Amino acid sequence: MRESHRIAFNVNGRRRSLDVAAHHTLLDVIRDDLELTGTKECCLVGECGACTVIVDGRVVDACLVLAVEADGAEITTVEGLAVDGDLAALQAAFLDTGAVQCGFCTPGQLIAAHALLAENPHPTIAEIQEGLAGNLCRCGCYGQITEAVRAVAGEIAP
Amino acid sequence: MSGPLRVAPVGCSPRRVGGHDRVTGFQRYAADIHLADELQARLVTIPVARARIISVDTRAARQVPGVRLVMTAADLPQPVPRFGPQFQDRPVLAVGEVKYHGEPVAAVAADSKDAAEEAARLVRVEYEELPAVFTLAAALDPAAPLVQDAALRPGDPLAGTNVLREHRVGWGDVDAATADLVVEHAYTFPIVTQFAIEPHVFMAAPDADGIAVWSSIQHPYWLQKILAGLLDLPLAKVRVLAPDPGGAFGGKQHTKYEPLVAFMARRAERPVRLVLTLEESFQAVRRAAAEVRVRTGFRTDGRLSFQDIEADYLIGAYADIADRVVGKGSYVGAGPYVTPDVRIVARSVLSHTLPSTAFRGFGNPQVNWAVESNLDEGARALGIDRLEIRLRNLAHRGDRFIPFDTPADGAWEQAVRRAAELIGWGSPLPPGRGRGIAVGIKSGPTTGLSYATVRLLADGSAVVYAGTSDMGQGARTVFAQIVSTELGVPLDWVAVVMGDTAVVSYDQQTSASRSTVLMGNAVLRACREIQAGLGAMAARLNGLDASAVIVEHGVVRLPGRELPIIDVLTPGLGPLGGELIGNGEMRKDAEPDHPLGGSAAFFEFNCTAIEAAVDEETGDVTIVRHVTVSDVGKAINPLQVRMQDEGAAIQGLGHTLMEHYVFDEAGRIRNLGAIDYRIPTSMDLPLEMQSDIIENEDGPGPYGSKGMSEGALLCVAPAVAAAVRDATGAVIRDLPLTPERVWRALRERTAR
Repeated sequence: MRESHRIAFNVNGRRRSLDVAAHHTLLDVIRDDLELTGTKECCLVGECGACTVIVDGRVVDACLVLAVEADGAEITTVEGLAVDGDLAALQAAFLDTGAVQCGFCTPGQLIAAHALLAENPHPTIAEIQEGLAGNLCRCGCYGQITEAVRAVAGEIAP
Repeated sequence: MSGPLRVAPVGCSPRRVGGHDRVTGFQRYAADIHLADELQARLVTIPVARARIISVDTRAARQVPGVRLVMTAADLPQPVPRFGPQFQDRPVLAVGEVKYHGEPVAAVAADSKDAAEEAARLVRVEYEELPAVFTLAAALDPAAPLVQDAALRPGDPLAGTNVLREHRVGWGDVDAATADLVVEHAYTFPIVTQFAIEPHVFMAAPDADGIAVWSSIQHPYWLQKILAGLLDLPLAKVRVLAPDPGGAFGGKQHTKYEPLVAFMARRAERPVRLVLTLEESFQAVRRAAAEVRVRTGFRTDGRLSFQDIEADYLIGAYADIADRVVGKGSYVGAGPYVTPDVRIVARSVLSHTLPSTAFRGFGNPQVNWAVESNLDEGARALGIDRLEIRLRNLAHRGDRFIPFDTPADGAWEQAVRRAAELIGWGSPLPPGRGRGIAVGIKSGPTTGLSYATVRLLADGSAVVYAGTSDMGQGARTVFAQIVSTELGVPLDWVAVVMGDTAVVSYDQQTSASRSTVLMGNAVLRACREIQAGLGAMAARLNGLDASAVIVEHGVVRLPGRELPIIDVLTPGLGPLGGELIGNGEMRKDAEPDHPLGGSAAFFEFNCTAIEAAVDEETGDVTIVRHVTVSDVGKAINPLQVRMQDEGAAIQGLGHTLMEHYVFDEAGRIRNLGAIDYRIPTSMDLPLEMQSDIIENEDGPGPYGSKGMSEGALLCVAPAVAAAVRDATGAVIRDLPLTPERVWRALRERTAR
């Protein structure tokens, strides 16, 4: 019937090994099998960014990646951003600038912003807007999200 | 243990209550909740808008391993139950006929999502496509097929038409009115969708004598009432759990598939969970399209003589709350102006499209787009400045601009002048740039009922129970700030409990920007009760008369000294500890003779000013500056107010510049989903966004607050279109202002 594969990867620094169906996406496995529900499900076609995670240093939409493709990968989800229970600077900045309304897109925004800053520690406003263009926020917090990223990048005081 | 953080009084902007869980991924939205032994459900639909259902063959679907239930209309109580907030017209599953693309014919429940999906594909529906209407013109054609069975509308003189209801409101005598200039135009507004990033989620779990239902819903108590009626259960046996929605914008106000999963769960005797796809959410909620014809009479000095407004709204196949949207949205159609003669006729027109429902602005943006644009036409014809014509007509505080409603409740001219100042109205612009200015008004709640309970616990921390849904507007933070202010409790020591009808007292609804005013007052009253209790304690402990004690702003004042509340609470409660409990009720009763069933609790007023640049080659519109100024009475949390205003402004830019459903000849939505339906991204923003507020503490809410959060969306479209016209001379009366539409208008302008 359904083909399943044994895969193993590190999620937020923790080794996870499990059997996954060949057709299940990384999003399915993160949410349903690993029960890491911080990564959100919305459009399932790679347009909204709600399921953004980092796989081997690259930002991906988890809905567009098969779980088996992530075998052996290093994965970061929103649950992996805080360190020992303390909010990362980016998470704190999101709260302080008002970048969070309903919060449903927030995990994806945070992951995308985290990866952006890893690659470009001092982005311009245009670079932030372009870097986060794949993450929709219907509450319209874009200005505040940009402000949060700039605050962490040291461009302006938080 | 580290000590509590400081008191966060009204007027400051502490971090959002619930914010921590939202940035760590631990916030539990409805789709993040799983129930033991749950079944996964999928809907079965057919790829046409209207069809007669000949047969539904479920045999192959039932053979799929793991499938536990295939539900069709025949498996429901007969006649199939119908429901709706205004009319009980929507069946739990399509009965005999499918009336819109996406209406479910059957539903499957299985042990796994995979099995449910496979089985849903294997349900064979035989159908015959029927003639259908998808536009106002087609629906209003005398020969049009009827969307609703006339037999379901007994005694209704409009039953033989697709007009569900006609709403007439006005004053003076428009027919007898004279004017120096009459401007008449028609304007259209497209179908757009709420597109909350959280798709809709529904779960039901039966128990011995009742049912528990989880839903990403704004109005859990209204859902509870509808479910109790459908399932013939007492309210007490219907428990609705409503986790904070991941965005709602009105789209999650009313019951959708909760009755379906409830009947499925009862039949399967297991919990049933239905998580809609984004495409299914697009087929569940949207805003009504509209065509608005406006005839405006002016005096030569720009003063309004009359407004004659006809607004047709394209609602869907079932009413949902759409007819209320039409009636209430069109009601303030003449705007915040003093107009001697007004006639507004609005019709809700049924069609074979998905049911339209509430969406931020609630029917106002459609009429506002037309009336504000027509006002600009008059100003141009009369050679009067577009800002000036608004100031000349604007109602001032106390004016009965709608003769039978709440008088103007703000110094609205302040917002207009502030917006004009911020946009630099009247200052020179480079070529290719233009400015527009518009005002918007919305009637707040016309009725309301909110109960709140506050418990001041023995250690001085507090728990607030409030039936509001926090869907991003930040209601938890506002209520916590009120408690913090009144009882001197550090914000981190306030817990706000919402979203469970078995635990939290009744709240009518979370809509019409009401919660800060109505529930906020209920919370404030609950705090007052606790303050009274503390006063009695302090009097008893100190051998004083209660009248000698004042409790306010988190302290207890005795003659000659002031004590922190905890210093009274601890000895007052005594060695057993315990708590002080306060209850608050806030009620706005119906007024049966009022056209809307009640006058406005407050008006939301906003002025939006836009500076736009237009690319003559491509028709692309760039918003150079977007200024939005709202009259909010008092900002309890200024940052949250700014977030609401700027978010509403961006949402308004969506329907102004890019959003619209496209239907094919069979009534299918062609741009179904995130790839083809575009909403603003971080690349579509105004180059500069500036929001400001007017605070005169003149609202009916706590500390003089008014409701806000819809205002900044109301008049975005006319302000932008006016800026485009100012920049280019191109006249556009149909939304959205896509590059193609602007480009065509530019060509037409050149051709003239």
